[in-house]
Amino acid sequence: MDSSTKQTSFAYISRRYFLLGTVAGLGLLASSWAQAADTIKIGVLHSLSGTMAISETVLKDVTLMAVEEINAKGGVMGKKLEPVVVDPASNWPLFAEKARQLISQDKVAVVFGCWTSVSRKSVLPVFEELNGLLFYPVQYEGEELSKNVFYTGAAPNQQAIPAVEYLMSKDGGGAKRWVLLGTDYVYPRTTNKILRAFLKSKGVADKDIDEKYTPFGHNDYQTIVADIKKFSAGGKTAVVSTINGDSNVPFYKELGNQGLKAKDVPVVAFSVGEEELRGVDTKPLVGHLAAWNYFQSLKGPENDAFRKKWADYAKKKNIAGHKDKPITNDPMEAAYIGINMWAQAVEKAKSTDTNKVIAAMAGQTFKAPSGIVSKMDEKNHHLHKAVFIGEVKADGQFNVVWKTSGPIKAKPWSPYIPGNDKKKDEPEKK
Amino acid sequence: MTRGGWRILVSVLIWLLGAAPVAHALDPATVRQLAAEDSDAKIEAINRLVTEGDAAAIPLLKAMQDDRLQMLRGRLLIVGDDARDALTGEPVSVGAETPETIIIINRIRGVLGTALAALRLQVPVRATRLTAARALAVDASEEMLPLIQRALTRESDPEIKSLLAQAAAVLELKSPDSEARRRAVQVLGTSDNPQTKQLLTVLLVKAADGSFAEPEVAVREEAQQAIRDIEARFVVPRALGTLFSGLSLGSVLLLAALGLAITFGLMGIINMAHGEMLMIGAYTTYVVQVLFRQYFPGAFDAYLLAAVPAAFVITALVGVALERGVIRHLYGRPLETLLTTWGISLILIQLVRTIFGAQNVEVENPIWMSGGFALGGDVVLPYNRVVIVFFAAFVVLLVWALLNRTRLGLNVRAVTQNRAMADCMGIATPRVDWMTFGLGSGIAGLGGVALSQIGNVGPDLGQAYIVDSFMVVVLGGVGQLAGTIIAAIGLGEVNKLLEPYTGAVLGKILVLVFIILFIQKRPQGMFALKGRAVEN
Repeated sequence: MDSSTKQTSFAYISRRYFLLGTVAGLGLLASSWAQAADTIKIGVLHSLSGTMAISETVLKDVTLMAVEEINAKGGVMGKKLEPVVVDPASNWPLFAEKARQLISQDKVAVVFGCWTSVSRKSVLPVFEELNGLLFYPVQYEGEELSKNVFYTGAAPNQQAIPAVEYLMSKDGGGAKRWVLLGTDYVYPRTTNKILRAFLKSKGVADKDIDEKYTPFGHNDYQTIVADIKKFSAGGKTAVVSTINGDSNVPFYKELGNQGLKAKDVPVVAFSVGEEELRGVDTKPLVGHLAAWNYFQSLKGPENDAFRKKWADYAKKKNIAGHKDKPITNDPMEAAYIGINMWAQAVEKAKSTDTNKVIAAMAGQTFKAPSGIVSKMDEKNHHLHKAVFIGEVKADGQFNVVWKTSGPIKAKPWSPYIPGNDKKKDEPEKK
Repeated sequence: MTRGGWRILVSVLIWLLGAAPVAHALDPATVRQLAAEDSDAKIEAINRLVTEGDAAAIPLLKAMQDDRLQMLRGRLLIVGDDARDALTGEPVSVGAETPETIIIINRIRGVLGTALAALRLQVPVRATRLTAARALAVDASEEMLPLIQRALTRESDPEIKSLLAQAAAVLELKSPDSEARRRAVQVLGTSDNPQTKQLLTVLLVKAADGSFAEPEVAVREEAQQAIRDIEARFVVPRALGTLFSGLSLGSVLLLAALGLAITFGLMGIINMAHGEMLMIGAYTTYVVQVLFRQYFPGAFDAYLLAAVPAAFVITALVGVALERGVIRHLYGRPLETLLTTWGISLILIQLVRTIFGAQNVEVENPIWMSGGFALGGDVVLPYNRVVIVFFAAFVVLLVWALLNRTRLGLNVRAVTQNRAMADCMGIATPRVDWMTFGLGSGIAGLGGVALSQIGNVGPDLGQAYIVDSFMVVVLGGVGQLAGTIIAAIGLGEVNKLLEPYTGAVLGKILVLVFIILFIQKRPQGMFALKGRAVEN
């Protein structure tokens, strides 16, 4: 833009401010030009404010930690990574706007981000239109497969189904009746649809399944817990909870206070990890379960190293909460795997071009903090992951009580949803 | 070898056999089996300890239950303040090593619980026996029958005796003698444990070939009668339980809204930062808790009592600062007030997020607020909710007394009703303004203390309650405390009565629709007020 027109249109701004602004703007432009030559820009799209900040903030931090680590080893293809962090503020449409800004304005090579399924659904058209690349690090309901997205969290068959199978087993208590309890949105509804079909295939009658939903941010679980009690009088009952976010705290508090013990009615949760239990007094919850592909308490040299790295990083960067009590969880591990695999794929493709990186991602492997060699499936853009089931301990950590013998291939199109058998196990568009 | 040598050897042998292990005369192989990998083997070992019926197994099983049974270099230890060998009881120095905990899963935890209960039937303390008998009433297993029968003959306490009779009856249900089964069903009919109903229902299950699980008609009829008896005993407690949960939800709404009833209701300030006052109250509770844990760990359970005045004072100060600094410049400009207070709420949220982090913080219930009071059947009234109901009543009384029994209250009412006239009478209205706003904020802080005991404490805490708070105040009638109280309790009850039929989502929608219709019909709320709010 011609500077003279700018000057006339902003005539009311004093000359000094205008000059200052221009100089600062030019300086910024110059610095970004200078850096563009020898860095690769990557986008980080996690909510740092709003309701999801509780879960997403650490994903931003763990991604930056991985960037620091990769840069310390000399970067990718000899170039340093330069993270561009934006805050979509738990506002779903803003996710799409920020994604567009990252790809077209900042020209990032890849974006790491999103937590809720609704945020992923809102950025998806942007990534497909601009041929961007998104790494999504959270377990989700499946039913989606995009060429432009790599899913490093679990699909339903890598979390929900094994957990229910465990509860049906002798060690899991041999549950006969099921309460499917969730927050009212796409992830719990879809997961419960899959679980209902799965339970039916195992011979559980409809009257033995009680499906219940609560609004986002619900905080009064008195009636629900009383209903679970009543329902459990009809036979050995287990609760499958897809309650998301903050609501878990009042739910677990109510469970504890109403005296519903894990040995009588176990609750298995898919969205409760170490980070979510931070705000809860876990003593009354001992024995309740969670199913994940990673726990902080997993033993092994890879996890020891990962935990130490995170603890040091949190202390160095003064991350509130984590600097005194560092906590790692499954989505953090998934985010860490994601960025490392992307770096490997770029090295292999010798380019950051989206299509070349997508091709190079197929079959990429990485020794994950969980101790398992995670492999990106050749076709379906999901990781092969091992499943762990943990029981809550009094200190807020998990005891692993069951695990799969090895990594499981993801089935994003669950066979328990009618019509999915015709869908291809790879992205439609190429 | 000399005679003396023999004597020494023999005495050493006697000492070895007698003195050291006598307190732990448990079978070493069984004890070692507790550490087996396989759950079935662990359970078998526990059951064997129960069959032996030796009270010496109690500390061992208790340690296992508490994750204190640990393994170090192939040796089982009971770890407490020090580590002791699980078999011999001799102290073991662990050094720098960390022993491996024997992991127990839910299934084992259940077996352990009943096993401990069965063994504890021999304990002389009545309370322990009673808890044990309660635990056994439905969950006893075959192995425990001898222990239960032995305890039945010895027991003199009628309450424990009847519980034990039930436990024995549950096991008798499997007896081949139909008369024994009928008697067992009769005994179970007197139980007030909901799980008994499940045991009886199983008898009535009809298989595909038309035969019943219980072959004898007489026993089946007896079971049907017993089920009806049990259900009849549940009706009243369950109804009371529902009413109580409505009352509890109502008092939570009331505590959240009461501060707003003062700032918005009496003063007419649309205070969007009201939710953040709740949040500051909750965070004050958290800080007081942390201070107590650090400096007075002995008096930890009393932290809540200290948190109540602390939260009031701190939020009141924040409120006064807000009124003096910002809001007083905006009196009579509701739109600007709305936007400004909303901005302030965002600033406060971010401030707390910067200081305490985005994650929720843990506020522990003190011991006297954990657990619940059994109302009969499966209805339990959690202590934290009972306390909150009383706390809400206390806060209402406090506010009522302040407004109606103090000079400040008199001034507040005067200014509310007619500011100009009050000014003429020599009341310093600005002073009344900041004191009232401080009072409203302080009350919100008290609400925050209560909310910290039942839900999340995080930077966004207030956002969850702001809409509900406005709803309560508007429904009750702006400017009327009585209206706020009735609206809060009423909304709580309606919500809880609807929820079992409609589910939580639809229930909430129905309540909202109801409020909209009501406000359409009566825009001034349940109770109309004559005064400044109306004149404006």
